[in-house]
Amino acid sequence: MNFKVEGKPVFAYTADHELDPGKPALVFVHGAGLDHSVFALQSRYFGYHGWNVLALDLPGHGRSAGPPIPSIEAMADWVLEVLKHVKIQKPGVIGHSMGSLIALEYAARHAAERIALIGTAYPMKVSEAFLEAARNNQHAAFDMETIWGHAPQVPLGGNPNPGMWMYGDTLARLHRLAPGVLYNDLKACNDYSGGFESAAKVRCPALFILGRRDVMTPPRAAQPLIEKIKGAKAVTLDASGHSLMAEAPDATLDALTEFFPREADL
Amino acid sequence: MAGPKYPGFDTLALHAGQSPDPATGSRAVPIYQTAAYVFRDTEHAASLFNMERAGHVYSRISNPTVAVLEERVAALEGGVGAVATASGQAALHLAIATLMDAGSHIVASTALYGGSHNLLAYTLGRFGIETTFVSPRDPENFRRALKGNTRLLFGETLGNPGLDVLDIPAVAAIAHEAKLPLLVDSTFTTPYLMQPFALGADLLYHSATKFLGGHGVAIAGVLVDSGRFDWEASGKFATLTAPYQGFHDMDFEEESGTRAFLLRARREGLRDFGACMAPMTAFQILQGIETLHLRMPRHVESTRRIIAFLEKHSAVEKVIYPELASHPDYELCTKLLPKGAGAVFSFEIKGGRPAGRAFIEALRVFSHLANVGDAKSLVIHPATTTHYRMSDADLKRAGITAGTVRLSIGLEDPQDLIIDLERALKAAVK
Repeated sequence: MNFKVEGKPVFAYTADHELDPGKPALVFVHGAGLDHSVFALQSRYFGYHGWNVLALDLPGHGRSAGPPIPSIEAMADWVLEVLKHVKIQKPGVIGHSMGSLIALEYAARHAAERIALIGTAYPMKVSEAFLEAARNNQHAAFDMETIWGHAPQVPLGGNPNPGMWMYGDTLARLHRLAPGVLYNDLKACNDYSGGFESAAKVRCPALFILGRRDVMTPPRAAQPLIEKIKGAKAVTLDASGHSLMAEAPDATLDALTEFFPREADL
Repeated sequence: MAGPKYPGFDTLALHAGQSPDPATGSRAVPIYQTAAYVFRDTEHAASLFNMERAGHVYSRISNPTVAVLEERVAALEGGVGAVATASGQAALHLAIATLMDAGSHIVASTALYGGSHNLLAYTLGRFGIETTFVSPRDPENFRRALKGNTRLLFGETLGNPGLDVLDIPAVAAIAHEAKLPLLVDSTFTTPYLMQPFALGADLLYHSATKFLGGHGVAIAGVLVDSGRFDWEASGKFATLTAPYQGFHDMDFEEESGTRAFLLRARREGLRDFGACMAPMTAFQILQGIETLHLRMPRHVESTRRIIAFLEKHSAVEKVIYPELASHPDYELCTKLLPKGAGAVFSFEIKGGRPAGRAFIEALRVFSHLANVGDAKSLVIHPATTTHYRMSDADLKRAGITAGTVRLSIGLEDPQDLIIDLERALKAAVK
């Protein structure tokens, strides 16, 4: 669906459904340089199984107008503004990578039923070489995001999605970005410093979904954050790297459906 | 700090798209010779049908062996993915049918394979899709032919029969200014010699029957999308950006962004038109691709040796190959095809049709047939075969003379090929 927030066009994928006030809601928040379609399979599933789904394009990404938002905290507040606009209160929030930090910050600042943090780490430091390449809009930044964003076996393995080439898909998304957007996102991740404090404020159930072969945010890098959220659960998917929704789509969906019960009895 | 590296072309040619089979450990790509796939339960079935889970339902739509080929070609081309088809012609038709409806218009190069020309000039017209053909030698010809209902620009990386080199960067720029995609037939060059997406093309296809397979045992095609064309921003492609009643009102671009074109091509094109690839065919093409990086340099090297021989032969009027300074696209070829201009070329034999006929009949190693891109060397004389009904004047308009001979250079000992040609040329001038 297309609407405006603070006067700027925003797009959110709703899985072909109108929002229904009688249903619970799930918000999907993508990672750096990406868009709503990274959750294509998972968001479609929930949209057809009793949930209001809002898979967002953050400002400057996909179909949402820029400029991009420079900090994780401001992105979380923007998500709240979006939800106010569509009259959704206390949603479940599912975030991947940078989106996981936004989900965390959202739950610390605003009311959330549950949060699922996919492919996350805290601190989410970005190497200077990666930042520098992104700052200069060099293709090397796309290469780093693509290669480090998948498990090492991905280029030589089979894509669960028939006929698709995962590296090519990530590169194509990045090629569609306006200059500076990837740098904005990576810098926001790198600069985010309130993770532990925000984790301590989270009162809702939290699930971590991690990829054992993730070289960008390896599972060990999420452990301190897991320990800060009371009662948090973690699932580690053996065969996946950082792009869990693409590399292990069914296992990711299974973890999510177990955490967000089918008939939305939250 | 050194950045991460992509696997090299040679490695991708051998591995992309396939892990050892998890059920059996099979290192080779298994041939999944099955029409359909058992669902885990009714919930799983419903999720697969509604595209909530990845997987296979029915082999017309997708098949694990075919998927390996699709992913491998996409990897070699730097695309977002691919759809394998029953033939190269099916790939071209699938691309067009996915992009446009009746009332649309295509601007295509005149330098096309005859089958492609037939589809565009005669057959698609019956379905309301018109084509304007323009000489690819001046890219501005494409711009001049654009209309309000144009939906696609199309050419061959190396055109038939004169091996015109398509100036992909220039034509792509014209296409993109008009918010249109550029589709190229990359059959003659393969991803080893040229990667059109890196030059600006948006879509490409191969007749995989040719160099990708290399063995001439299977008819096959593959359509690849770069994923970089923004269909939504273009605003000209309702098939990808408007609700489709044939799939629960799905808006393919909204659903899947970079994958929209291939999603519709698979979910509508393969489902409804049905020109899918058989798993055995995919396996056969994969066997060829595993040695593409070894075969193509040899094809080019032998071609160069044979051209050097023909250029000096007194029975030869002219050799047409873009690596020759006499070819009008020589400079463009140097820029776009630094690894070589392929292994298919034409030459003109002195003496017209009788000489051409005598030449063909004297060959022993070259096979006289209508195909190219085989490991075996091939020959055809258009004036006595594919174009035999044409007058000399009509042949000229098609860029062919009565003495034009087309060769596809294979992987035999090049000296044996030269001996064969020498004997046949001698027979031709008798």
